[in-house]
Amino acid sequence: MARVSYIEAGRQAVAEEMRRDPLVWAVGEDLGRGGVFGQYTGLADEFGSDRISDAPISESCILGAAVGAAMTGTRPIVEMRFSDFALCAVDELVNQAAKARYMFGGQTRVPIVVREPIGMWRSSAAQHSQSLEAWYAHIPGLVVAVPSTPADAKGLLKAAIRCDDPVVFMEHKNLWPLEGEVPDGDVVVDFGKARTVREGRDVTIVSWSAAVHTAEEAAKTLSGEGVEADVIDLRTLWPWDKAAVLKSVETTGRLLVVQESVSVAGFGAEVAATVAEALHGVLKAPVRRLGAPRIPISYAPPLEDEVRVTADAVAAAARDLVTRINR
Amino acid sequence: MPAGQSTRASNLNIERLKAQFGEMCRIREFERAAITASTEKLVLGAIHPSIGQEAVAVGVCGNLKRDDIILSTHRGHGHTMAKGADALAMMRELFGRAGGTSGGKGGSMHIADFSVGMLGANGVVAANINIAAGAAHAIKLKGEDKVVVCFFGDGAINRGPFLEGLNWAGVFKLPIVFVCEDNGFAATTRTHAMTAGGGPAARAESIGIKAEIVDGNDVVAVDEIARSLIEEARRGTPRFLLANTYRLTGHTSADPAPYRAEEEVQERWLNDPIETVRNALVRAGVAPDELDAMHRAAEAEMTQAYETAKATEWPETALAFADVQDIGDPREEAF
Repeated sequence: MARVSYIEAGRQAVAEEMRRDPLVWAVGEDLGRGGVFGQYTGLADEFGSDRISDAPISESCILGAAVGAAMTGTRPIVEMRFSDFALCAVDELVNQAAKARYMFGGQTRVPIVVREPIGMWRSSAAQHSQSLEAWYAHIPGLVVAVPSTPADAKGLLKAAIRCDDPVVFMEHKNLWPLEGEVPDGDVVVDFGKARTVREGRDVTIVSWSAAVHTAEEAAKTLSGEGVEADVIDLRTLWPWDKAAVLKSVETTGRLLVVQESVSVAGFGAEVAATVAEALHGVLKAPVRRLGAPRIPISYAPPLEDEVRVTADAVAAAARDLVTRINR
Repeated sequence: MPAGQSTRASNLNIERLKAQFGEMCRIREFERAAITASTEKLVLGAIHPSIGQEAVAVGVCGNLKRDDIILSTHRGHGHTMAKGADALAMMRELFGRAGGTSGGKGGSMHIADFSVGMLGANGVVAANINIAAGAAHAIKLKGEDKVVVCFFGDGAINRGPFLEGLNWAGVFKLPIVFVCEDNGFAATTRTHAMTAGGGPAARAESIGIKAEIVDGNDVVAVDEIARSLIEEARRGTPRFLLANTYRLTGHTSADPAPYRAEEEVQERWLNDPIETVRNALVRAGVAPDELDAMHRAAEAEMTQAYETAKATEWPETALAFADVQDIGDPREEAF
């Protein structure tokens, strides 16, 4: 086990997979100098500019070319810089990558990894701060990964590169410097297996990406008050670990979903609806979602902070669920 | 210009030209059968015939090897057949039946046969251009001796992927030939009314990709220029071919095309590429009876394909759940 940052964990995953498989290559803007956040630092030196390839500012072509290159036997890692910019390539991702295998009757597969960093990033405002993971979970054919720890950033990215399906891989920009233990060796994290962040009997808190850390902080506070939260990190939104969530809520009888993204039509709604459908009889309180209001992200810090889901808010919501007298 | 005057009678390779004539007849008769089936509601959804444009598909694809790659548009039957796809499997695909090229999941607009290097027709105009650039990129990365031909219509030049894909091919020096089939219409609108500047070839040249312009209704001319462009592209110089042609039907088989005068269409039928090549062959001494027999054989083949497709069973409904994805497969209860 070594302590590694989230950004370095991803860099290691790319390097290790590129050493393992000569058909893996990465393409995107500014990769030659290491990527906009430094996720590819040093990789061009090792693998050359053909395999760590700079690209024109041309998101549509970066993604479309990756689809063509994947259909003809290579395994591209596509760098979109910000998930916001990937919107310039939505046709290529949603109409082409996600559907090619199906609409061509299984004649082809599209093994691409689309890295789309998400999340509020201080004063980056409305076009560099979105969390749009729910959009992609809605699209048949796509896998959606949202790692919250360095270990998962590495293990899930390795899984994504090996996967024959197109994977939307959403790292959180605020997590780049986060350090954590990363297992030694060739460790791959399976998609669709949630991580238990901490165990508790009173309330289930489901989250993913950076909001996991907010939920964990809240759980520590709650624990001091005698309320034990079962905190689940989904790790991937498609597939998602429905079984782990249902098992937890069967025990606690209470569900709180915590997400950074806009709450309306977010993935929390899917989790909440699934639990409500399956466990109506055992719920001790109505399911509850916490997320951002349906407004764009502001530039000014106080306005930006206004939409942020805080640990205090999570603790308050959980407290409310637990103390609510229900039936 | 009357039919048959535009191909040069000298230096004709008669056997090659006869094969091209036969292939053009097969494409024509395939689409005629498909239009009939569409009218009869046996083929559902939209089909986009390429009647009148067969010389481009045949002239270009005749210079490709089986391993070479093409990508096509929503008007892709001709390209697919010319690349060597099985006509019956294609017809079954149009009928949505088992044994179709895409198992009945794609239909006409997503016709594809990866076994012959046909990587798909695309329902989104210009979307195939970026994908084609990527296929050529992979060829270069793997050091393969292959080339990509990307077909698109004149309407595609007004979408971003046209600019982005051509730029990409130029930047990375990819083995690709972009073939713009200019039939004058972007769906039902005259393209020139919606296009600023000098048109497809001028735009390609502005990106530094040398463009050639050819009479797309003259299969000999297309064959000749395509051969040289494909060889240049194979060596890593992306090239562009503007093939001027005309769509003798409407945008879809259900489009009576009232936006153009009947006289215009009648005049264009005089430049039918199949009649043109037939006349050239007759002038070169081929017996008309032989050519008529070839055309009738194509017609019989496609009538048979129509009948067989009509009698073919639907795909098993369980297949609706297949080929979505491996991870999070919708057939798995766990998800």
